[in-house]
Amino acid sequence: MRSKNKLFEALKHIKPGEKINDNWTEESKRPRDSEDIYRRRWQHDKIVRSTHGVNCTGSCSWKIYVKDGIITSETQQTDYPSTGDDFPEYEPRGCPRGASFSWYSYSPIRVKYPYIRSDLYELWKQERSKASDAVQAWETIVSDPQKREKYVKARGKGGFVRATWEDMCEIIASASIHTIKKYGPDRIAGFSPIPAMSMISYAAGTRFLSLIGGTILSFYDWYADLPPASPQVWGEQTDVPESADWYNSKYFIIWGTNLPQTRTPDAHFMVEARYNGTKVVGVSPDYAEYEKFADIWLPARAGTDAALAMAMTHVILKEFYVEKETHYFTSYAKKFTDLPFLVTIEENEDGKMRSDRFLRSSDIQKDLSLGEWKTLVWNELTNLLETPNGSMGFRWDGSNQWNLELNKEDGSSIDPRLSFIDHSDEIAMVEFPYFAEKSGNTLTRGVPVKNIKDINGKTLKVTTVYDLMMAHTGVDRGLAGDYPKDYNDPKPYTPAWQESITGVSKNHVTQVAREFADNAERTKGKSMIAMGGGTNHWYHSDHIYRAILNLVLLTGSQGVNGGGWAHYVGQEKVRPQEGWQQVAFANDWQKPPRLQNGTSYFYFVTDQFRYETKPDQEVKTDWASKYDQMHPADLNALAVRLGWLPSFPQFSQNSINLVKESRERGAKTEQEIIEDVVKQIKNEHIEWAIENPDDPRNFPRVFFNWRSNLLGDSGKGHEFFVKHLVGGDNQVMAEPENSWKPETVKAEGEGPTGKADLLVSVDFRMTSSGLFSDIVLPAATWYEKYDISSTDMHPFVHPFNAAVSPPWEAKSDWNTFREISRVFSELAEKHLPATEDLVMSPLAHDTEGEIAQSLGKIKDWRKGEVEPIPGKTMPSFKVVPRDYPNVYQKMTTIGDLIKKGYGGKGVTIPGEPVHDELSARLGTSSREGIGKGNPDLYTDKQAINAILLMSGATNGKRAVAGWKSLEAKTGQKLEEIAKAREEDDYTLEDLTIQPRTAISTPVWSGLEKDHRRYSPFTVNTEYNIPWRTLTGRQSFYMDHEMMLDFGEGLPLYLPPLNYDPFLKKEKGVEESGKSLTVRYLTPHQKWGIHTMFTDTTNMSTLFRGWQTIWMNEEDGASIDLKDNDFVEVYNRNGAIAARVVLTYRIPKGMVYMYHAQDRTLGVPATSINKQRGGTHNSVTRITLKPTHMIGGYSQLSYGFNYYGPTGHQRDTVAVIRALKEVDWLEN
Amino acid sequence: MRIKAQVAMVMHLDKCIGCHTCSVTCKNTWTNRPGTEYMWFNNVETRPGPGYPKRWEDTGHYKGGWVLKNGKLQLKAGGPISKLINIFYNPDMASMDNYYEPWTYDYDNLIHSPKRENLPVGRPQSQITGKYIDKPEWGPNWDDDLAGGSETTSMDPTVEKLQEHISMEYEKTFMMYLPRICEHCLNPSCVASCPSGALYKRDEDGVVLVDQEACRGWRFCMSGCPYHKVYYNWNTHKAEKCNFCYPRTEAGLPTICSETCVGRIRYIGVVLYDADKVKAAASVEDPKDLYESQLSVFLDPFDPEVIKEAKKAGINNEWIEGAQNSPVYKMAMKWKIALPLHAEYRTLPMVWYVPPLSPIMNHITNEEELSTDGYIPAVDQMRIPIQYLASILAADDTEVIRNVLLKLTAMRVHMRGKTVGGIDEFRQSELLKEANTTPEEIEDMARLLGVAKYNERFVIPTGRREMDDDLYAKQGICSLEDLAPPEGIVTNMQRRR
Repeated sequence: MRSKNKLFEALKHIKPGEKINDNWTEESKRPRDSEDIYRRRWQHDKIVRSTHGVNCTGSCSWKIYVKDGIITSETQQTDYPSTGDDFPEYEPRGCPRGASFSWYSYSPIRVKYPYIRSDLYELWKQERSKASDAVQAWETIVSDPQKREKYVKARGKGGFVRATWEDMCEIIASASIHTIKKYGPDRIAGFSPIPAMSMISYAAGTRFLSLIGGTILSFYDWYADLPPASPQVWGEQTDVPESADWYNSKYFIIWGTNLPQTRTPDAHFMVEARYNGTKVVGVSPDYAEYEKFADIWLPARAGTDAALAMAMTHVILKEFYVEKETHYFTSYAKKFTDLPFLVTIEENEDGKMRSDRFLRSSDIQKDLSLGEWKTLVWNELTNLLETPNGSMGFRWDGSNQWNLELNKEDGSSIDPRLSFIDHSDEIAMVEFPYFAEKSGNTLTRGVPVKNIKDINGKTLKVTTVYDLMMAHTGVDRGLAGDYPKDYNDPKPYTPAWQESITGVSKNHVTQVAREFADNAERTKGKSMIAMGGGTNHWYHSDHIYRAILNLVLLTGSQGVNGGGWAHYVGQEKVRPQEGWQQVAFANDWQKPPRLQNGTSYFYFVTDQFRYETKPDQEVKTDWASKYDQMHPADLNALAVRLGWLPSFPQFSQNSINLVKESRERGAKTEQEIIEDVVKQIKNEHIEWAIENPDDPRNFPRVFFNWRSNLLGDSGKGHEFFVKHLVGGDNQVMAEPENSWKPETVKAEGEGPTGKADLLVSVDFRMTSSGLFSDIVLPAATWYEKYDISSTDMHPFVHPFNAAVSPPWEAKSDWNTFREISRVFSELAEKHLPATEDLVMSPLAHDTEGEIAQSLGKIKDWRKGEVEPIPGKTMPSFKVVPRDYPNVYQKMTTIGDLIKKGYGGKGVTIPGEPVHDELSARLGTSSREGIGKGNPDLYTDKQAINAILLMSGATNGKRAVAGWKSLEAKTGQKLEEIAKAREEDDYTLEDLTIQPRTAISTPVWSGLEKDHRRYSPFTVNTEYNIPWRTLTGRQSFYMDHEMMLDFGEGLPLYLPPLNYDPFLKKEKGVEESGKSLTVRYLTPHQKWGIHTMFTDTTNMSTLFRGWQTIWMNEEDGASIDLKDNDFVEVYNRNGAIAARVVLTYRIPKGMVYMYHAQDRTLGVPATSINKQRGGTHNSVTRITLKPTHMIGGYSQLSYGFNYYGPTGHQRDTVAVIRALKEVDWLEN
Repeated sequence: MRIKAQVAMVMHLDKCIGCHTCSVTCKNTWTNRPGTEYMWFNNVETRPGPGYPKRWEDTGHYKGGWVLKNGKLQLKAGGPISKLINIFYNPDMASMDNYYEPWTYDYDNLIHSPKRENLPVGRPQSQITGKYIDKPEWGPNWDDDLAGGSETTSMDPTVEKLQEHISMEYEKTFMMYLPRICEHCLNPSCVASCPSGALYKRDEDGVVLVDQEACRGWRFCMSGCPYHKVYYNWNTHKAEKCNFCYPRTEAGLPTICSETCVGRIRYIGVVLYDADKVKAAASVEDPKDLYESQLSVFLDPFDPEVIKEAKKAGINNEWIEGAQNSPVYKMAMKWKIALPLHAEYRTLPMVWYVPPLSPIMNHITNEEELSTDGYIPAVDQMRIPIQYLASILAADDTEVIRNVLLKLTAMRVHMRGKTVGGIDEFRQSELLKEANTTPEEIEDMARLLGVAKYNERFVIPTGRREMDDDLYAKQGICSLEDLAPPEGIVTNMQRRR
């Protein structure tokens, strides 16, 4: 109101104020009304707690500001439960990308309405008006090649029109029903990643797909974020310390994970630990952001990390095991690792010796239950062989001895002998694989062995894993063989040896290894290594990781707060896992769902298997691997028929018809149906779809993409996706006729294009995925819906809340799939009455399937080596009822199966009380139908509360029940771990008040009591619970036949693959000026989380707009490039147009195209194909690593997102050159 | 003695992860509207690098700040007469090229592109002309993480000056981040540069603001500020600048940039200073003496005399206690680990910086040279040249920087000794001596820098509203001034008028 006197106020300040400060300053009485302008900006209507569902691992809680009814901005919440008095807190959590999110709400890239490509909408309207019903209309369109081609060819070429939700649901439902009838339900597939980032939105689609029998694709392995070494070493998908535990570490190596850039909200714990006296070491090929915080930078060449780690292993073994005995290390090694376990040495026809498999009880003793799964040690106290508790056999033998006790029931105890060096019967000259310089080489080194008699009286040579490690890593203990003299001897695996490979000074390597171990000895294991995409996204990532893990295992740092590995790629940790699994996969109604490993799926569906490069191994090598001569597609087919890996579609025949036909042939029970099917499989009347992936019967007909940008982001081999799955214009230059052809998998001709009938994307913004889809549905943003989030970076569970209701025609994912299921059920009344489906499943991790194939020897029933027995020598089968007209009822209520109990990782929670509590909390359904009276699951909020109630992490009763279940198997007292929190029972409302700390449950391995920071495997080290591995201990040695065949029994250095940009006979690209062939890397970027956020104004402005690619400035100058010039990057897989960023921060010979900028903004045509330049994945192509396919064998058993081949992309080589003319393709 | 209170900030550069969250949350709150596209009240610079706007430290060119001429303090750009001569054309002003041409993309084309031959794309567009451009040519953070390499790095005025100390090659790479807001100087040259008298420094907390009603858009503040932290809004034709989030600090909340700083590098607190000493402090002859002379302006909040005088000046108990618990006072004045940015500009800036540590140089392979204690590297082997830090934070006095780095290193060594042990006690005590510190001081430091709880980082008493207005009436009227009756019960406030 002061404005009334404006003139008066203005005049007032003509009167000068008091002069002070030597007449330099005036104390003016001027009015300050204009200060109110900025004050008003800060005033707001309300603050709402939400988060970002973006697979960044952050899982940060945010304040969303609403002013005048509009979402204006966001800042981080700072109210996480405290970490304790003398410890840095989790506040604030959030990064510049998250802080940019509010831009999307009202931005011009927002998808506000349902969109469909006009060609398809016209066809649909036309046929729909003619046909008697919707399903028939769809059938008419897709059965007519001309009609189908009309809209398939239009993909990726604009022309979207606005449509109604009703029409879109009808098209999607019709296409799904037609597909089920004609081909089978497993031709409907859905891709949505990372449930932890928004569990309900994920579950919405997967619940629908589970109920109809569709194929749900994995992501963690496909992203190559899964570290295969983790299941290999621990039998665990991934379990890592929360970031606050970094502060507990006293020696922290950051190895290929850019903490400030990609773990932005967590990085401060590492920074602050330094003030508490922690030393930080950085390993990276470039001067990465984290090097700023390092005390020393080890600039290892890209992909050579395993060489560095092997040299450090050498130093630690030599100095802390041989030159002196470090008691803490050896006692840890004996109890918690497989180092003392006995391995047989086999002699081949040429008299050469190699390590073979673990010695089993069944080798020396009859009638011990599951003796083939019980491994042995040498007891120092008795000088006898001993079978300690805890190996895989004890997990399934019905006893309660699955534990790590070294005291036996009779009161005696076991002290496992680590080495036979002083007690050997002889020294065997053993061959070890050595592939650093040339694949297939060997080294021969003396190993002390003991001779024992087996059950048949045959003499077996055995040694310990420890003795094998010593010989393999070249630690000289005075034994014969090819051992290096000292650290300066360039024989494997000394510090001098690694210097020529990694470029890192041998002195620095020695120093860091010594300090790492010394620190661990002083602190009892507080030595930690952070690792990530930079070390994990390689073809041989498992060995890079296993070599690095040597360091934490040998120093007793794993299972200790402040120590061990800290792998962060992907937000894989769904803390409330048990309950989430029920809701997400509709296990409350029926099981099993069709869970398919994404990597294999896309390898075949996008025909990347047709472009394989054969390793150049004409010459027979010393090591002579058998399986590396087999095409990965053939190996994948083998893996499927032996039950190792899943495969959907299962068979070229419709899986519903198979049951019908069996019944027609007289099969009555499930057992008889399965026997009938197996018979037909054996006599080849039924065809494995994987062996004929390009038969139109096996195409993925309907494909859902939600919470994901598959085509602009994670789709490795992007151009192959566009060519074969989508059928759009593409830049594939590889030639199938010149590539390596599989033998058992049919691959005639060029391969089909445009396999999908209907591509559906659900998103709130337009991305490359939307641009190629037929239908784009408008999703609610993260500030417009309810959901929950968790991560492994922190121990909290917290919610999404709607700050405003979904604007325009946007819907939450939950409501979207609920609506689709409603229309689906209505149409199914006529077209798909209740029926039965035959579902195939692989031999699964954490089930008895993991002890299906003993001794790790490969036996193929097709070759007659064994009988085909479901669940044993081949996949298992189950007849699953499909009540299609009731999908909607099941979608929206909790089914009765929950009463029978549920769980995860072999832990069972009683279901009856849960069912009752659910009815009380969620209310019961009053909708007429089979779900009436069941707990109601109609809304997203109900789904949230259901998950929270059913899971140990968020409900104390469930946690206690879980521990009790594990007590029965282990004979250990475990209940106390969660007892103090038994009354905790969180609801959405509780989480909205404040994020809540997860309760410790047996589905995870950390302890969270008493302000303790989560550190994995502390349950194992403190409560004697075995790891879920063959020996029950942390594994150095893998004895599966295929592992040994590839020379991968022990960790070793395997160089990156080195593909040529084009194969010899391929046409290639016409030369035009100077170019350079470089290693092409795609590390995670700074200005986006995958493609999310990169398109916001803030993020694109804060760097240089998109797309860009980083290069060493001298390399750039050598091909006449200036900073910010347009360039093109290409190889046989495709071509990219981008602008170059020159710098001296990265070394020569490689380029960084930071991961996932999408090509929707600022990307012109390449000169090569005169098409829009591709994404960062346009020059990548996946190939499968065979050892990741192994299954049915202890920790090497398939689990969804748990184990299986990874879609790594780091081993790419490409050509870069100037793009001279900028063509925007404005036609 | 004329005591005033200043709400000031410390940025701990060693903690900075260069993530730019501060820039984004600030922009979303204050400058997310037409006319402010290029305004970054808060920005973060990778160093070495030219900064934003480009080469802002080139005061020879832009003529910001103060100079000492014949012992007298005056604006580098000249006094009122030269202002008047150039009032319609300021020759020192940074141009759009020095900032950047804001750009956006044709997003709409992605959704609404008609059917076409090729995949649709959002082409870049100038936000100034609305026209398509092929590519942006510069931005507010164009050289992030040394992007542009030696070509861009060598535009850094400090690199130009220190050529022999800076190498731009892979093995010797170093970098650091420098987040910047308005310095809210004690001796602000922007205020002195304004022909309209529209800029002012608030008496109660020292925040420097542009009066939006008084600003006439002359833009001399833009170049007059040597930090280039005043911007011109082309839409309103008025200047705008960082306001230290006074609507938040008045409520006892930290600034947006501080609250959202995920590296937790920012600390806010009150310091008391003697306003009568400012001019003299800015007028010492040798630029190297400016750091100490600036420190001499601040008062010990525990000194009973200071407390008495402060109360006399209307500073209440909460503010005095705030000054006593101030993290800024501890870091800048007591421990002397936080330094003013370019003290040589003589504006007495009030945002203080702790210089960063860095990895040892890789050519050092002799283990004995590597470290102070077997684990933590020695300051003289660190990768960021001390001369570089000195040029930014110590008017080229390398000893000042070395002392801070020594203290930080001594802290790490001491804390390692305390938590792990195994440190040579003699070497450790030698180090403490050299760093001129004590275990007690070091443990206090480790707590504030490492544990750094929210309430320790930010000690901000709420605004002193009881000093003005009629709060009894205001309680119901505030924000409804337009509805409050001009007649009716006459309040004290109105009666005074």
